[in-house]
Amino acid sequence: MDQIQTLLGPAWLPIWTLVKIMAIVLPLLIGVAYLTYAERKIIGYMQVRIGPNRVGPKGWLQPIADALKLMFKEIIIPSGSNKNIFLLAPVLALAPALAAWAVIPFNDTMVLADLDASLLYVMAITSMGVYGVILAGWASNSKYAFLGAMRSAAQIVSYEIAMGFALVGVLMAAQSLNLGDIVRAQAGGFWHWYFLPLFPMFMVYLIAILAETNRSPFDVAEGESEIVAGFHVDYSGMAFAVFFLAEYANMILVSLMTALMFLGGWLSPVPFLPDSLFWLLGKTSFILFLFLWFRATFPRYRYDQIMRLGWKVLIPVSLIWLLVEGAMMQTSLGRFFH
Amino acid sequence: MEFTSVVFYLLSAILLLAGLRVVTARHPVHAALFLVLAFFTAAGLWVLLEAEFLAITLVLVYVGAVMVLFLFVVMMLDINAETMRANFREYLPLAGLISGLIAVESYIVLGGQNFGLAAPVAKAADYSNTKALGRVLYTEYAYAFELAAVILLVAIVAAIALTHRRRPGNKWRDPATQVVVRKEDRLRLVNLKPTRPDTPVEDEA
Repeated sequence: MDQIQTLLGPAWLPIWTLVKIMAIVLPLLIGVAYLTYAERKIIGYMQVRIGPNRVGPKGWLQPIADALKLMFKEIIIPSGSNKNIFLLAPVLALAPALAAWAVIPFNDTMVLADLDASLLYVMAITSMGVYGVILAGWASNSKYAFLGAMRSAAQIVSYEIAMGFALVGVLMAAQSLNLGDIVRAQAGGFWHWYFLPLFPMFMVYLIAILAETNRSPFDVAEGESEIVAGFHVDYSGMAFAVFFLAEYANMILVSLMTALMFLGGWLSPVPFLPDSLFWLLGKTSFILFLFLWFRATFPRYRYDQIMRLGWKVLIPVSLIWLLVEGAMMQTSLGRFFH
Repeated sequence: MEFTSVVFYLLSAILLLAGLRVVTARHPVHAALFLVLAFFTAAGLWVLLEAEFLAITLVLVYVGAVMVLFLFVVMMLDINAETMRANFREYLPLAGLISGLIAVESYIVLGGQNFGLAAPVAKAADYSNTKALGRVLYTEYAYAFELAAVILLVAIVAAIALTHRRRPGNKWRDPATQVVVRKEDRLRLVNLKPTRPDTPVEDEA
């Protein structure tokens, strides 16, 4: 390795960083592909069906077939649409979904950019994902798409507040905005993880991430029965696939964030097993399974109910728990957080 | 030239271009998008100043929330660009005067020599901008900080009070009463005995 470093000289750092970025993005894209497969299989079994089982052994190659199909389909640009913004929108959806991964720590040492305020960075970058949705809805020049975009914008902005307050609870407990430090503050076994002392925050966060990623039961932005497919109704081929990629990459990202902030990240739940990346992946998969389970279980919320839940239930709950947590930290009960 | 200088000039160029396009773009949605780009680039400049907390907050608040709502409103309005441009010449001298004043004021405020400020010194690698800002806000500037918070609170209350009105005939239901509804409140089970006509009907078939 040192030999390659001296050989490349000043070009070493950019090349090595690119290699690390590829090491994050490639598994992520494969994860996205197989998350769609898992979704179809799991919901299939929950509905007493088999799910995809034709392409490859037990349907294992289904996501590859889907990706190939989408790549070779024609991208249709509707007449009367705003062409530049129409094509810019999927890019604006995908870019934040990938950029947020730059600061995610995978274990004690594996992190691409160890920012001081990495939690805030993730919040800021993911909050930009909504532009893809709004612009797609607007540029399509279609009423269905526009309705979907408006619903999505209002929903994402509303739930970001509840989500932000839940994160304030975590950073108060960990006394750091650095994701690595937040995980390290939860060391000491499973009863030190923050989902126990911050249980209301954990619940608020779990509900808010469903709304943030436009997933069922809050998927009114694409509500098939009312507005066909919402904001991406006019997209086809690869342009549609990019939206799809962004949605699933965001799902994986928020699940991983939940695992990092409330479930101890890469820390092992019991002292006799070593901490490792696999714990993090396992916890993330569990949250992802919850996403799919919810989709198979709950009917879609009505739009006004979503707004009521966000503003009148989740925000007060998280605000009250912030007060309780602050008071607890001033007393001897504060040891729950350290 | 140092790498940071290259980044600075690149970001500044993008910022100026985006700012120019905000006022020259024909379509209001395009203008709003260029404003988003301007905010994002300004955040990049703040990162160069080692103010990463402020930079991320700028993106979070202005790009992630304010501009989303702004774009939302601009998209809903049917703005005719032609009528907006109709009085351009008439307002040009006044607008020029105001812009000139703002430029002079910015020069006075931003030129550090007028405040006796020295050039900022690069901080150590473990310096936490977030922690430093928090400490200063909650100790040295506690009153100013709380005053700002109260003013914002008043603004929130006023905005809600201005727009919130209860119209008569609004089909609104209280979810709290909805969730305590039991089966007995809505459903009555009736045991109906099968009735038989007094005289049996003749089989017409």
